[in-house]
Amino acid sequence: MFKIVKKETLTPVTVLMEVEAPRLAASVQPGQFLIVKAGETGERIPLTVCDYDRENGTVTIVIQIAGASSRKIFYMEEGDSFTDVVGPLGNPSEFVNVPDEELKGKSYVFIAGGLGTAPVYPQARYLHERGACVDVILGAKTSALVIMKERMSSVCDNLYICTDDGSEGDRGLVTLKLEKLLQTGRHYDMGVAIGPMIMMKFVTLTAKKYSLPLTVSLNMIMVDGTGMCGACRVSIGGETKFACVDGPEFDAYKVDFDEALRRQTIFKEKETETDHKCLIGRGKE
Amino acid sequence: MANKIPRVPVREQDPDVRRHNFEEVCFGYNREEAILEAGRCLNCKNPRCVQACPVSIKIPLFISNVLGEDFSEAARVISMDSSLPAVCGRVCPQETQCEGSCILGIKGQPVSIGKLERFVADWSRENGIRFSEREPSNGIKIAVVGSGPSGLACASDLARMGYDVTIFEVLHKAGGVLEYGIPEFRLPKDTVVAYEIENVKSLGVKIETDVVVGRTVSIDDLMDRENFRAVFIGSGAGLPRFMGIPGENLNGVVSANEFLTRNNLMKAFREDYDTPNYTAGRVCVVGGGNVAMDSARTAVRLGSDVTIVYRRSEKELPARAEEVQHAREEGIKFMMLNNPVEIIGNEKGWVTSMKCIKMELGEPDSGGRRSPVPIPGSEFVIDADTVIMALGTRPNPLLVRTTKGLESNKKGGITADENCATSRKGVFAGGDAVTGAATVILAMGAGRRAAKSINEYIREQKDK
Ligand SMILES: Cc1cc2nc3c(=O)[nH]c(=O)nc-3n(C[C@H](O)[C@H](O)[C@H](O)COP(=O)(O)OP(=O)(O)OC[C@H]3O[C@@H](n4cnc5c(N)ncnc54)[C@H](O)[C@@H]3O)c2cc1C
Ligand SMILES: Cc1cc2nc3c(=O)[nH]c(=O)nc-3n(C[C@H](O)[C@H](O)[C@H](O)COP(=O)(O)OP(=O)(O)OC[C@H]3O[C@@H](n4cnc5c(N)ncnc54)[C@H](O)[C@@H]3O)c2cc1C
Ligand code: SF4
Ligand code: SF4
Ligand code: FES
Repeated sequence: MFKIVKKETLTPVTVLMEVEAPRLAASVQPGQFLIVKAGETGERIPLTVCDYDRENGTVTIVIQIAGASSRKIFYMEEGDSFTDVVGPLGNPSEFVNVPDEELKGKSYVFIAGGLGTAPVYPQARYLHERGACVDVILGAKTSALVIMKERMSSVCDNLYICTDDGSEGDRGLVTLKLEKLLQTGRHYDMGVAIGPMIMMKFVTLTAKKYSLPLTVSLNMIMVDGTGMCGACRVSIGGETKFACVDGPEFDAYKVDFDEALRRQTIFKEKETETDHKCLIGRGKE
Repeated sequence: MANKIPRVPVREQDPDVRRHNFEEVCFGYNREEAILEAGRCLNCKNPRCVQACPVSIKIPLFISNVLGEDFSEAARVISMDSSLPAVCGRVCPQETQCEGSCILGIKGQPVSIGKLERFVADWSRENGIRFSEREPSNGIKIAVVGSGPSGLACASDLARMGYDVTIFEVLHKAGGVLEYGIPEFRLPKDTVVAYEIENVKSLGVKIETDVVVGRTVSIDDLMDRENFRAVFIGSGAGLPRFMGIPGENLNGVVSANEFLTRNNLMKAFREDYDTPNYTAGRVCVVGGGNVAMDSARTAVRLGSDVTIVYRRSEKELPARAEEVQHAREEGIKFMMLNNPVEIIGNEKGWVTSMKCIKMELGEPDSGGRRSPVPIPGSEFVIDADTVIMALGTRPNPLLVRTTKGLESNKKGGITADENCATSRKGVFAGGDAVTGAATVILAMGAGRRAAKSINEYIREQKDK
């Protein structure tokens, strides 16, 4: 059993939890994820590891309500336990393999959409600690949904916030802010975009105009997270890859976003499109 | 003469009933039936059946104990050679192993060895008989990677010898394919599989689930930091294959592994579990092995209209004869000598149909199997709402990638000699991880051989 030692409500639909998982905390690196199961009858839910404390043997997760299982987790309390937490899964971010001396002085821009802020945090922290220059563009629908602002500003050089309704920071999408920065001659060695698939698709189109190398993290539907089922298939440069073992991070310019977007909806159709004849059975909401 | 009695038939659930439930298809023998069937065995001096059993169960001896109604003794005899009799009695391909060589099979029907083994194992479970004697603990730690049949067999043998064994399993439940692959209606999980795993635990074996060896902890860490003196790798062959044809990433195309895992491990068929699965409509299963039959028969039970598409002919079907017959009885259609060339979808990206090409059998290949060749211009389209790819699996490369000095062969299997020793000192491997997808009993046999080698290895280390 994996005990929740701390719970913090970030927004009405998002919580942060610190969970006891000593083996996992000892080995995880930025960019990796874990899978939790809330109880015997629960689904296996992939979540990014957004922070880790190797000494205390805990990992931090941030979860937003998307459907039944994430709701179940949202309502778990301090002192409750997950029946299962497994990981670290996936490959660490590429820069983890770059020697620290080389990272020093490099400049990175992170584009985080909504919940994507959580997975961006450990990456920004890692690079910031090693002397890289880190800018973060954080986008959300509205001010109330902006998360981890203080934590993030402590691990980056510039934090830019944009909201769709202008209730905080700039009004408009993250792509607009990115474009402005790049237009004014800001140079970045590398960009990393994490957020809803559709946002990553448009960030990729923007970055392309400025030849900014870009990495994205694909949150495909998963079952085991170990390469055993192929639920998480994505086309990368025309080749089929498994996001859980070959990713979750990929070169943005090679990703077939339209296919990825479509594959994310596999179990959505069961709820919304009841006239479809090939229903994914047993709507379990 | 004893062998004049015909083979005692086994009772099964009626096909029209069982297509709607996940309960076990085969009821097995009851006491009277088992004794009657046991009477058919000739108790051969040089039993051919024993030679054909990969773990050499003392078949005539246990059968004579069944005849003598000493079931507990029969169980003890089996337990000397097998740690998973209730499983093997159900899923072993007996027709090509023990029963395939039974002397009675030459002129008539072989002794129903598998069903008798199952009877004895079920009887001991129902009567709470366990054989958990073990040597006193020697305090030496051994790690086992994977809790499938090979890992379980290796762990229980080592525990009996007095070792302190921990199994590390990546999934949330122990059992390997027994838990995530083989369906409930062939191998009940809560009774049979769970009990066999309890048996292993009762020998003192610890099972740590949710640990990805190679990620959560490496084999090097286990040996250098956690003081495990040797490691057995029984990580199976769980990587699914796809065909590489157009349309394969459409919504509604799934691997058999995903489909079966959702249903078996994640219990999608039960209302009280949250897992969704692909059901209803028309399901095409591509492949002809046990995995294809299991997927097809699971899909039928979830309410689908199911067709199996296989590129060779009936004769070449690699699945067990019993599985094919059960599938037919349950209303599954077979399209032989056909191969998919493309999967077609609608504007929303969901599968709607599959283009196939007709095949004919060509010259036998090096293995003597006639290989299928496409007939030019014979393409046609069949409707499909879900396509399940059951094309075989390969070993997962994770452990080879993350363990210093561990070698693998061209097919991705870990290189190991006949004693299960790998290229890395103190690391042993066996089962599907070495051979590629095979059988439960072969995996178990390899696990037991590895246990013996590990014991010898530890002793040599001590002598030095
Ligand atoms: C590598 C990875 C990292 C992730 N990190 C986080 C994280 O840090 N925090 C977080 O809140 N979520 C994260 N997710 C997404 C999270 O796993 C899904 O939100 C969750 O599985 C939805 O489950 P549910 O039962 O609540 O919703 P469901 O009822 O299953 O589905 C609700 C909706 O979410 C979609 N969905 C289902 N599974 C996924 C999935 N794996 N990814 C995206 N959409 C999905 C469905 O199509 C549906 O539209 C991550 C996913 C991946 C693959
Ligand atoms: C659907 C299906 C039906 C079958 N039907 C039959 C049948 O009727 N009769 C028969 O004899 N055989 C059958 N087989 C084959 C048989 O199940 C396998 O040959 C056998 O299970 C192999 O045993 P194993 O111990 O080598 O591996 P597995 O049973 O595959 O177990 C390996 C275990 O290791 C775990 N693992 C893998 N990597 C790691 C890691 N890095 N860290 C920790 N754990 C890890 C896996 O999660 C798994 O639990 C079938 C197989 C399938 C898929
Ligand atoms: S283990 Fe398998 S092959 Fe051996 S006797 Fe039992 S059923 Fe036959
Ligand atoms: S070969 Fe057949 S008859 Fe002979 S001992 Fe084995 S089971 Fe009995
Ligand atoms: S989640 Fe099963 S292979 Fe990636």
